[in-house]
Amino acid sequence: MANILAYAEARAGELRKTAFEAVTAARQLADASGGGEVHAIVFGPAGVAAKAAQLGKFGADVVIAVEHERYANNDPESMSATIAERAKSGGHRYVVGVASQTGRDIAPRVAAKLGAAFASDVIDAKVNGDALTVRHPGYWGKVIMTLEVTGSPTVLTYRPGAVTASENAKEARAESMAPAADPSASRVVVKETTQGAKGRPDLAEAPIIISGGRGLKEAANFKLVEDLADAFGNAAVGATRAVTDEGWRPHSDQIGQTGRTVSPQLYVAVGISGAIQHIAGMRTSKAIVAINKDKEAPIFKIADYGIVGDVFEVVPALTAAVKAAKNS
Amino acid sequence: MKIAVCIKRAPDSETRFRIAASGTGIDEAGVKFDISDFDSYAVEYALQVTEKGGGEVVVISVGTDASQETLRKALSMGAASGVLLKTDGPVFDSMAVARALADELQGGGYDLVLFGKVAADTAAGAVGAMTAELLGLPCVNSVSKLDLADGRGTARRDLEGAAETVEFPLPAVVSIDEGIARPRYPSLKGIMAAKKKPLESKPAQLGDVRVKIAKMELPADRPPGRIIGEGAAAVPELVRLLQDEAKVL
Ligand SMILES: Cc1cc2nc3c(=O)[nH]c(=O)nc-3n(C[C@H](O)[C@H](O)[C@H](O)COP(=O)(O)OP(=O)(O)OC[C@H]3O[C@@H](n4cnc5c(N)ncnc54)[C@H](O)[C@@H]3O)c2cc1C
Ligand SMILES: Nc1ncnc2c1ncn2[C@@H]1O[C@H](COP(=O)(O)O)[C@@H](O)[C@H]1O
Repeated sequence: MANILAYAEARAGELRKTAFEAVTAARQLADASGGGEVHAIVFGPAGVAAKAAQLGKFGADVVIAVEHERYANNDPESMSATIAERAKSGGHRYVVGVASQTGRDIAPRVAAKLGAAFASDVIDAKVNGDALTVRHPGYWGKVIMTLEVTGSPTVLTYRPGAVTASENAKEARAESMAPAADPSASRVVVKETTQGAKGRPDLAEAPIIISGGRGLKEAANFKLVEDLADAFGNAAVGATRAVTDEGWRPHSDQIGQTGRTVSPQLYVAVGISGAIQHIAGMRTSKAIVAINKDKEAPIFKIADYGIVGDVFEVVPALTAAVKAAKNS
Repeated sequence: MKIAVCIKRAPDSETRFRIAASGTGIDEAGVKFDISDFDSYAVEYALQVTEKGGGEVVVISVGTDASQETLRKALSMGAASGVLLKTDGPVFDSMAVARALADELQGGGYDLVLFGKVAADTAAGAVGAMTAELLGLPCVNSVSKLDLADGRGTARRDLEGAAETVEFPLPAVVSIDEGIARPRYPSLKGIMAAKKKPLESKPAQLGDVRVKIAKMELPADRPPGRIIGEGAAAVPELVRLLQDEAKVL
């Protein structure tokens, strides 16, 4: 029996998809360790408590809302202090999060505050007596490591998308908690959070990613990629380093070794050669489509569905066909 | 300004990995090693700051004797001195590495301590924030733009589909993302000068190590690629496969 504290991520008062993944993962871990309660902790401005209640549907027994006006933005100092405080007072065996940018920022701080053992970006975890055995990709995803983690508590983050959020309804009790450290006293202050493209899901949440490479020739031609993303409706837009170096897309869109690691249901590579550093960020995608005019391009070695052709001809045709399929 | 950069020895990304016979590490035969990607961006950024505003860059690494070469590379880029915190083998416990680094950094009078946002091998992205906690310093992670002035920093952090602008006082810990600076190649003069720069070596104070490597394996191969056709004529077949086989449409 082990009680688990799950960090449920919110941004600007809205729960993120990673919040449901964290609670689902915590539920699985609690069940694997002989049952136990999942306590989900959420930070946000006033009103986040009402939204957090739905975490009960994903297996949370208790939902702890920490409301403060400062939590309209992230405040990692007071958030990590509050999570650590709660983990201590609650005697939690595990503290679970998801390795999104925010999760990666918070979790190691919590571990250090607790003096806890830590595992990050985990793809699966097994309770093994007093120890936890986790698997985690390293070396740019080219090696899968199995790690033995001992000590209580243990803090761990799951790779985004490694756990599929699933409903496992519980009657969640609602609690509220005051920040354990005054957010107004934090030394690092988020002055502003600017949202990227509106109306399209972001790379961490999208089940489909359409990515463009240098084969698009110039920034304006990214419209082809955006149009295809819009035709799917639930797709995000990514890019190669060649593209972000040119400034056609922001660095935050870059996929690969030095960019984001993604595992969508579908990855469409448009005018991308498939350099080893790019593949490092997307090789775990479920299905891969590649469109490239060079049939020798390395991307075709890993593409489930390759089309040899000119992106300026193939992509508009695909966009039209996807639209037609969606409407039929 | 006195800047410390924590750097790690890591294999080159072009490497084709083989697993060592022990099953708990990579086979290092024939593998080229260098400064881990993001750490080299941090070194470059630190050098640019001190070249413009004065001060010095100290590089610190936790690792085996082989990491001397990694530190020497940073010295040849322009860092003033290096410290090797010696271990017997690789360490996969982020907290233990953070303890060793904090022990060395404590009392060093650094205005800024830089990390890479994530190391190439462990892919943990944890050591920077943990070290900051142990030192009680403010910490900003995954920074793609950083301005320093009047004892304060302003940084940009990319989130998924959003970005944060944050402000903080120095001294502070910052972990570096790509985009901040492209690392220089050491000049011949730099390489010669590095041979005479101080490189200290002492045992790492790791403390209790609670994360141990049990196994390393190569990931399952993807099924071999398949070309389904040429040009726009292949689109109907693609759409059919996306509907019937991949079930994403
Ligand atoms: C340390 C390091 C880290 C790196 N990190 C990353 C990373 O994180 N992410 C990343 O992406 N890269 C990274 N790179 C760079 C990587 O090595 C490649 O240079 C980059 O991925 C190439 O981008 P690309 O495929 O867009 O461009 P290119 O390699 O130039 O490929 C363009 C492709 O478009 C095709 N093409 C051209 N015109 C057309 C057309 N009209 N129709 C169809 N196809 C066309 C060409 O056949 C070609 O295959 C890194 C490199 C290093 C050394
Ligand atoms: N053994 C080490 N020696 C020096 N710095 C390290 C070491 N391990 C990690 N770091 C630093 O911490 C960053 C994050 O590492 P990690 O948490 O292992 O992903 C790296 O980019 C380095 O800057």
